[in-house]
Amino acid sequence: MSISVRNVTKRFGDYVALDDVSLDVETGSLTALLGPSGGGKSTLLRVIAGLEQPDAGEVSISDEDVTSHTPQQRGVGFVFQHYAAFKHMTVWDNVAFGLKIRKRPRTEIRERVGKLLELVQLDGFAKRYPAQLSGGQRQRMGLARALAVDPKVLLLDEPFGALDARVRKELRAWLRRLHDETHTTTVIVTHDQEEAMEVADQVVLMNGGRIEQVGGPRELYEHPTNAFVMSFVGPVNRVGDAFIRPHDVELALEPNGSTQEAMVERVVHLGFEVRAELVRDDGERLTAQLSRDEARELELEAGQIVYVRPTRQTVFS
Amino acid sequence: MPIAAVATTSTHGGAAGFWDAVSSPEAVAALRLSLVVAVLVSLANAVLGTATAWMLVRDEFPGKRVVNAVIDLPFALPTIVAGLVLLALYGPRSPVGVSIAYTRTAIFMTLLFVTLPFVVRTVQPVLHELDTEMEEAARSLGAHELKVFTRIVLPNILPGILSGMALAFARAVGEIGSLVLISGNLPFRTEVASVFIFNQIHGGNRTGAAAVAVVLLGVSFLILLLVGAIRRLATRHESA
Amino acid sequence: MRRYGVRTVGLGYLAIVLAGPLSMIFWKTFEHGFSPFWHALTDAESIHAFENTLLITAIAVPLNTVFGIACALAIVRKHFPGKGFVNAFVDLPLALSPVVVGLSLYLLYGRGGWFYGVFAGHGIQILFSLPAMVIASVFVSLPFVAREVVPTLREIGDEQEQAAHTLGASGWQTFWRITLPAIRWAVIYGVVLTTARCLGEYGAVSIVAGFKTTATLQVQDDYENFNLAGAYAISLLLAAIAVLVLVAMMLAKPKEETA
Repeated sequence: MSISVRNVTKRFGDYVALDDVSLDVETGSLTALLGPSGGGKSTLLRVIAGLEQPDAGEVSISDEDVTSHTPQQRGVGFVFQHYAAFKHMTVWDNVAFGLKIRKRPRTEIRERVGKLLELVQLDGFAKRYPAQLSGGQRQRMGLARALAVDPKVLLLDEPFGALDARVRKELRAWLRRLHDETHTTTVIVTHDQEEAMEVADQVVLMNGGRIEQVGGPRELYEHPTNAFVMSFVGPVNRVGDAFIRPHDVELALEPNGSTQEAMVERVVHLGFEVRAELVRDDGERLTAQLSRDEARELELEAGQIVYVRPTRQTVFS
Repeated sequence: MPIAAVATTSTHGGAAGFWDAVSSPEAVAALRLSLVVAVLVSLANAVLGTATAWMLVRDEFPGKRVVNAVIDLPFALPTIVAGLVLLALYGPRSPVGVSIAYTRTAIFMTLLFVTLPFVVRTVQPVLHELDTEMEEAARSLGAHELKVFTRIVLPNILPGILSGMALAFARAVGEIGSLVLISGNLPFRTEVASVFIFNQIHGGNRTGAAAVAVVLLGVSFLILLLVGAIRRLATRHESA
Repeated sequence: MRRYGVRTVGLGYLAIVLAGPLSMIFWKTFEHGFSPFWHALTDAESIHAFENTLLITAIAVPLNTVFGIACALAIVRKHFPGKGFVNAFVDLPLALSPVVVGLSLYLLYGRGGWFYGVFAGHGIQILFSLPAMVIASVFVSLPFVAREVVPTLREIGDEQEQAAHTLGASGWQTFWRITLPAIRWAVIYGVVLTTARCLGEYGAVSIVAGFKTTATLQVQDDYENFNLAGAYAISLLLAAIAVLVLVAMMLAKPKEETA
């Protein structure tokens, strides 16, 4: 159930949402479309689903050209950011919808829906209405509904965007576990880089309708191809032409040949991680990231003078 | 069905014939009466309707739900029934001791009944949606009640009032059922445009009828354009 | 203080303009006892008049319901040239005098009218007969369903429909299972308004009716023939139906607002 996108362009009036985009998604993988708002990721997902028609280019699912196919014909499961729950139907009827449309026998429906509700941990809620569920529960229902018809590919459009932080983290991990069990080819759109890095096998970073870089989370983080990618996938210090990761900023209490003097403006304690906001003697501002133990060793506090040196920096041509 | 509109314009025996028909003294009197009464009724509705809407949205009293439903009575009641009943109420042998049937006042009162729901129903949702926080902010900044109303509330509900008035006007100008019995059809005194057309048709004078009808048609289109423009003006503030 | 001022104005206004007439109907109808009321209501003429009214309503309401829903769907979901015109056209009957409507049909389908030849040749009578009356009623009650459904459709958005598509539902299936249930209260409210309008229509129908009669026309007829009992009897029945309509509207409305 691979997906192949070739030279897809999509315009909305004068606005170019997708500019000659090509992408391959391997069968059974979990790919994240990552990027800032308006970057084209949702549009690409909807083009794959058939909810939008491209102005140019082709889309293939499992090596079959589906560019001219309607969403009904593509066999995709789609999960919406705001759930798109069928408000007038119970949870059970929502999940069973696709099966009823396909006129599956009643016993089959009953078995399948029951199993799915168990899988998404909503088995006690079958008779409830979406309005009686929390956001997280509604989204789990949305997922069960999409999975009910055994889709070739599963497409999720910012599925956790409308939920609060803790629920988001829980569902994220849960989604990854689910994927590991079912091995359905999955594409998830998100603007949250942490989410993408945590969940995906392959990350596609998009900006302004174009793909900036494709690769595993580690590859994007350690070998970004340009400044945009580097800035997006993690915090970064920009000093002139050089880009330095906060955890590559080494602090010492004594100077040595290659260090520069800097004053600690502020120390922020974020649990295990400590962030120090520094001002170098040449006026440049830096953020350094240390572990709790490292910070304690240095006895780091505001107003302190330290000596800094980047252990690693990147310059893009 | 658009043909209906076209058809009316088609029959007036030439431009000259049209002008003659329209400028006949009876026609002019009828049109003038319709327009003047309609304007008066719209204004009355603007004030009274807004007050009623305010009462329904902001006030609580027993039986409010019923009163709210009753507002729509003129909408649901057949106009001829309304006319009959108002005739009984205000005409000779009236229990209230008033005898104004066959007068212009009767026409005014009847149209007031018929157009009652319009302003109320257009202002109600706007008032309902209105963020009372704006008024509270104004009060905290020192504005007294009347100022709060004229400067904060009124500008926001004005589109609602205006479109309600426009609809009331359109209805008043074209109303027939409730007036056919009560107005007495005295030419030059109590004959409204719609009744004039009615009589012309029965009298076989198609041209005359069509001519005045075209004027009413023009008024209707103008009203529609007006309401559309008001709607657009109102939503201008919303799509921020 | 201010509250009571407004309340007095509001309630006083309503009392004078509404409550008075309402109670009048009752008094006048039963002024001379129950029997004249019953006789007037059950005489052949009245029954025939009501039959016509009900027949016209039974044809016009379903037509306008289907048309209204289709129109609303087109206006909210689709983009096509002339959409603004369609939108304005749907509102037209609200601003138009029933007399103008009646006159235009009269001119169209009457002797010398554009469509006269088409139908007369086949021996079909439009004007001064039921078809014209139906057309008139359809036209004046056109907007109600559409106007109620449009804002509701807009509010719901089309995500549920998209979801249904991805799950394999065809356009028709999506409409029946998803869209229609979502708008059902707006449709019901619109149908109630349409029905009330049809039952109460006078002006347009009057011009095209000729010798035929409807309940509303019968009221005028009776009155002018000094058959006051008849006029009031039918009026009371129509008023009672109006009250029922109001109750129905009251029941349908809260559902709409809490949706």
